[in-house]
Amino acid sequence: MSTAGHGAAVRIEACGKTFADGTRALDPATLDIARGETLVLLGPSGCGKTTMLRIIAGLELPDVGGKVLFDGKDMTSVPIERRNVGMVFQSYALFPNMTVADNIAYGLKIRGVARGERAARVAELVALTNITGLENRRIDQLSGGQRQRVALARAVAIRPGILLLDEPLTALDAALRDRLRSELNRLLRALGITTIYVTHDQAEAMELGDRIVVMRKGAIAQIGTPREVYFAPKDRFVAEFIGAANIVEAPVENGVLILPGGRLPIECGATTANATVMIRPETIRVTEAGEGILSGIVDSVSFIGDRQRLVVSDASSKPLNVDAPNTIQARIGDRIGLSIAPDAVRLLPSEPRD
Amino acid sequence: MSQKSFVWFCLLPLAVVTTAFFLLPMARLVVAGAEGPHGLAGYLAILTEARYRATLINTVLLAAATTVVTLIVATIAGMFLQRHRFPGRAVLIAMLTFPLAFPGVVVGFMIILLAGRQGLIGDLSNRIFGEKFVFAYSIYGLFLGYLYFSIPRVILTIMAAVQKLDVGLEEAARSLGASPWAVQRDVVLPALAPAFVASGAIAFATAMGAFGTAFTLATNIDVLPMLIYTEFTLAANFATSAALSVGLGLITWLILALARSFSGSAVAAAG
Repeated sequence: MSTAGHGAAVRIEACGKTFADGTRALDPATLDIARGETLVLLGPSGCGKTTMLRIIAGLELPDVGGKVLFDGKDMTSVPIERRNVGMVFQSYALFPNMTVADNIAYGLKIRGVARGERAARVAELVALTNITGLENRRIDQLSGGQRQRVALARAVAIRPGILLLDEPLTALDAALRDRLRSELNRLLRALGITTIYVTHDQAEAMELGDRIVVMRKGAIAQIGTPREVYFAPKDRFVAEFIGAANIVEAPVENGVLILPGGRLPIECGATTANATVMIRPETIRVTEAGEGILSGIVDSVSFIGDRQRLVVSDASSKPLNVDAPNTIQARIGDRIGLSIAPDAVRLLPSEPRD
Repeated sequence: MSQKSFVWFCLLPLAVVTTAFFLLPMARLVVAGAEGPHGLAGYLAILTEARYRATLINTVLLAAATTVVTLIVATIAGMFLQRHRFPGRAVLIAMLTFPLAFPGVVVGFMIILLAGRQGLIGDLSNRIFGEKFVFAYSIYGLFLGYLYFSIPRVILTIMAAVQKLDVGLEEAARSLGASPWAVQRDVVLPALAPAFVASGAIAFATAMGAFGTAFTLATNIDVLPMLIYTEFTLAANFATSAALSVGLGLITWLILALARSFSGSAVAAAG
């Protein structure tokens, strides 16, 4: 692809958004996105991620003082039609009065690209997105997955500097979503274009993002690689939003967490009356009763296939979720031992619960 | 009583009314049209006789002009009203749709007050140019009246259609580089095509057949409904007026059918 390695670096500077009715959608945020990077804006609905995307796209103006820069050039007042961004909408927003090929070629036609060159580019994208043979279909004759591919092909056709995707997989059913996710990942890597991807699905964010921006209530909660936000969440919200997490509140004495089911050594932690820690379910190892660091009683067993999820009570103040190998025989009511490596316990800043 | 016969039973009143007040008079009208001195050829008079043909052309042109101008005015107004919120918006919409409540006679009367011999425009032009502009009693007055009549209906239809438009479509077009004009041309207008056909058909049919306004303005305006009226009441020419009535109905239906099939592909695609 001739677009490989291209794309613009994006910087947003103190961009906030307050709507006309006074609602604060986004606190002033500053963010740098490197050339060719895939950045995922992740958060629950209403967290401001779509607003941030629309500010970058040029569909919303940031509040006074906010700036959007592409490759160092101030684009804040440049309308979307001159920003050269490719955008994929959650509803796909394909033009119903045009065929698949006309949809893909629309941006090129607007740019005055000659007919022959347009056709060549359409053929290239149709092949890239696996929709060969659908060129002359009407949009209402396409399945959801096909529409998603057409929307992507149309956005990429204009060789945009930045690709913006607003929950592009949300409208699809679960099985298709998983399949398209890996396909999308391969495509984004192949294109090498700067991509900003909005989603509320943490699995999507993990797989697609070079970096993830976790957002909450109009503010950035954490920025980091998928590994960083997963293993080292900054706070309780991030820990619980990304993956499954056991949040345990307990006193710490000399680097040892005091739990009802035993004393758990942890890496860091001065003595405190009430510490908040996170333990991922897959870091807890099930042992025979009497062995291990903690002891608890199996509350429930859910067989998932590749693993089983146990809920173990009595080990901590709240029941612990434990991901055990699918070979372990555990019955409800069994007493078992649990062992947890010190570095698997992550201390979180204490915060008032909301 | 079975489910099916119950449904038929419920449809009985409609069947009675349709038969009594639509099918029977229509059949009588069709028969009457052929009972003149020329027999069935009386039906061709609308096309062959120069005076009738000129009136027919006049009427179609008037209806077409009304439809086109109404669509242009109402689309712009409807889009603006649907997309913007401002103080007085509700009042403005109420005012714009007010003419829905007026019969044709009242609309005709208002046109006379505006552009008649004692009308506002005449007064004004008399003061400025020393000459009275009077056009209420002509086909231009009628055009103005029909415009006044059709705009509210079309505006309401367009507003409903604009409300259903996916804003994402326009944003997508803009992201691809389309100027505001290109967005209108390539995205918005095609999406509104079904509404144009539906509301345009009503405007056209109304302008073809409306009588009250024309009658109020003058008895010598060359439009088909007036012609039918004069043939019927003044010349007592039952056969001709019946033939003209059937012709008016057929031609209106034919033009609407053509418009519908012509825009059919666009409608299907946008649906």
